[in-house]
Amino acid sequence: MTGTDRSARQGAGPAPLARRRFLGYVLAAPTLTAAAELVSAPGARADIPSPEITELIDLNDVMTAAALPTSGLITVEVNKDGTVSFALPRAEVGQGITTSTAMLIAEELDVPLERVRVTLADARPELLFNQLTGGSNTTFSTYTPIRIAAAIARSRLLQVAAADWGAPVGELALKAGVVTGPGNRRADIGTLSERAASVRTEQVAVDLKRREQFTVIGKPHGRVDALAAVTGRKKFTLDLDVPDAMPTMVCRPPTINGKVGSVSNLPSIRSMPGVTDVVVVSTGVAVRAATFGRCIDAVRALKVSWRAGSAEGKSDDVVLEELRAAELPLGLPPLTPCVEGRFTFRFRSNSALEPNCAIADVRPDRAEIWSSLKAPIVAREAIAAKLGLPLRSVTVHVTEGGGSFGRKLFFDAALEAVEVSRKIGKPVRLMWHRADDSRQGRTHPMAISRALIAYLGNTVLSYTQRHTSVSTDLGHGLGEIFTALAARLPVGDIGFSELFFQLSQSMPYNFGSNSRLLSETDKGFNTGSMRNVYSPDVTCTRELLIDQIAARMGKDPYRFRHDFLRDDRSRAVLDKVAEVGNWGRSMPAGTAQGIAFHSEYHAASAVLVELDCRPQTVDRPIRDGVAGPRVTRAVIAVDVGLAVNPRGLEAQMMGCLMDGIALTLTSSLHLRDGHFLEASWDNYFYTRQWNTPPELKVVIMPTGTGEPGGAGELGVAASMAAVACAYGRATGAMPTDFPINHGTLSFTPKPTVPPVPASPTDGLNHVR
Amino acid sequence: MPEHTFRLNGEQVTVDAADDERLLWVLRDILGVTGPKYGCGINVCKACTSHLNGRAANPCAIPVGDLRPSDEVTTIEGLPATVGADLHPMQEAWLDQDVAQCGYCQPGQIMAAVALVRRVKEEGRSVTEADLDGIRNICRCGTYPRIREAIRAGAENM
Repeated sequence: MTGTDRSARQGAGPAPLARRRFLGYVLAAPTLTAAAELVSAPGARADIPSPEITELIDLNDVMTAAALPTSGLITVEVNKDGTVSFALPRAEVGQGITTSTAMLIAEELDVPLERVRVTLADARPELLFNQLTGGSNTTFSTYTPIRIAAAIARSRLLQVAAADWGAPVGELALKAGVVTGPGNRRADIGTLSERAASVRTEQVAVDLKRREQFTVIGKPHGRVDALAAVTGRKKFTLDLDVPDAMPTMVCRPPTINGKVGSVSNLPSIRSMPGVTDVVVVSTGVAVRAATFGRCIDAVRALKVSWRAGSAEGKSDDVVLEELRAAELPLGLPPLTPCVEGRFTFRFRSNSALEPNCAIADVRPDRAEIWSSLKAPIVAREAIAAKLGLPLRSVTVHVTEGGGSFGRKLFFDAALEAVEVSRKIGKPVRLMWHRADDSRQGRTHPMAISRALIAYLGNTVLSYTQRHTSVSTDLGHGLGEIFTALAARLPVGDIGFSELFFQLSQSMPYNFGSNSRLLSETDKGFNTGSMRNVYSPDVTCTRELLIDQIAARMGKDPYRFRHDFLRDDRSRAVLDKVAEVGNWGRSMPAGTAQGIAFHSEYHAASAVLVELDCRPQTVDRPIRDGVAGPRVTRAVIAVDVGLAVNPRGLEAQMMGCLMDGIALTLTSSLHLRDGHFLEASWDNYFYTRQWNTPPELKVVIMPTGTGEPGGAGELGVAASMAAVACAYGRATGAMPTDFPINHGTLSFTPKPTVPPVPASPTDGLNHVR
Repeated sequence: MPEHTFRLNGEQVTVDAADDERLLWVLRDILGVTGPKYGCGINVCKACTSHLNGRAANPCAIPVGDLRPSDEVTTIEGLPATVGADLHPMQEAWLDQDVAQCGYCQPGQIMAAVALVRRVKEEGRSVTEADLDGIRNICRCGTYPRIREAIRAGAENM
């Protein structure tokens, strides 16, 4: 068979003159295995003359460009039973990429979606940077290569059937997993797979379907794992059946990153029923037992003297002072009128509902790890280094994750599980108690953002923003990417965080000259980026000040944004929420609409909310929870270029809105005396049903660019900002401290010693 | 270790466990029934919500010694059998609305929803906004609006 096939697409209509061809491979394998290099089609958009770095190259471009010279292959395999397998080198944590990936394959291979089996690839160091799930980059970077591999498989199946039947390929068709040809001949792709396989690896060229030919991509589809999820059959790390991997927990210090001094009752803990091992590790005292219930009891019974942690004695006010001291100046005061504001954003938890967890089986000569990891290559390298084992002796399985929100970019539980397993010489199933996850787990850093908008008449002259934050740990692989690319970017010699900041932030408005800088301080906290990273705080600051300047100019907040937005795509989403949300309708006193805009990931989003701040709403009684102002209605409009699965995108925007509501109204961590007070979900007030808008509408704009942008985090920033703007308009006072309820402690803090609360015994009294 | 017997998803089971072992760990760590999830261990996140004699209960807060031999524990795995079908109408509604994102909380959400609908039907009324506001199960992915839609739809077929 030749390396190219120009006839595979003849049945689909006339070929356009300048059809773009793509190269891929058929690999030597027993059954048909098609492959493509995991590289991305869209390059840096260097054609747009603009002072904005993000228009030359944004974070997505960096992440995809990083892979270009080095990435390995991804493979689509056609199995003998007619199913199609693909191991996705990304982490599914709820964002729906297994579904959207299956859709890409179903589209190009013309097989029913139900036949596509997408699993998560183990850590593959040969992929170098290209196995990092973050920056809403998955679809952006895999959209073309996955389709190439699927299209090659399709082409080979048609060729082998044509050869079998002695018919020209052009007279064959492949639909719904079945090849048909002259004389009513039919063959399921499974029956063709072995003969379509290659004995040697060949490079081949294929065409991809044109957008107008799509029948799967762009159509709403339910998640491929929905049935498993609703039947309880979906397996998360802690549900896996790994022999002898017994429950393991760690007794942790009362302050952030405290260390074990000594343990006074090790023998009595070791003799507790069900306990198999107790050992001091770098993060505390690990207990392995027959059940997690026995672990909790043992952790609570341990008598440990602790040494100081990394934030000893610090409280919110101390950190706020550090931030103020680290603030970069805004520059000389403008000679023109201006609006200026300084906003405080408190520590927030990116704890997912599935706590930090991992299974580890460390032997003298090898190690095997199971965990939901968004940076599995970095994890594998770090684990190999920690154990002193060659990289090839360490296997890292990526499991489906119960949420991430930034948390699973890190592998704290995997490293800890490895340490415990090695020390006791047995496999462990390690889980952080919720209290640990909340108090010792990573947080989104506290920050202050100061901005100034100078204007004259109806013209905005300049926008200046200085964002000052507790240091964000980006040491999960992005750092390596930036190291590789920093020299190629037009940003000079700046640090990773500043680079990430510059690459992820943009100025969508015609605001004259603009300048944004990040300054960081204090590395004493366990931090990490939370969904949408810097953007919610930075955008909230900007959008609140826009409401201020609009008022100064005597303009309506929507009209002001409409007039100053720089491009039509942006204006379209803004206009859409204003139209669908009936912007400007009459609202009762104490309630108001808010509107905000955010663009990132080559995508645009606008959010309109209606917020009820009346006392009868704010003060409604909620047991062990926070009521507060209620978003009664929300409209979100997004343009992500091409939405592969609109139903999944809608779900992501829904989640982004819930995050935004929490960020503005209810959710924060309180730092006191070197520890966070929040220890569980009755302390940390993420959005709950009683905070959920009864009315929500998500509008997905028709595709303009034809190429997918990023989506998983897109809606958080505009949601947070819209709620903040609505709060300002409803109460008549611009909020400056987030979340707005941070000043009121709405719960009684749980003790820090023992570090985890007792398991309740009164469950039968609460059956309902 | 004491022996405990109770009914689990339609069958009598007997386990060796301490009296105060919470039912969640009996289910997950001893019996290998992993549908009920751990999210807090103190009965506030509701991820482990299952049914005890048809009503919502949280195994993380029930010592196994509190169960009587006749007590019927139903986890998400046993829910379809309560209606004699492959899926319970609430699970069907969940699929129709494509509710789940990461899915970690969803077994608990569905069990809570079924118990809620049973309760309001016993009270001779239908599900209200206040009932939906009163659901305490947390979903960190923020699927709440779809949960509300699914419960309304599922209630129609229960």
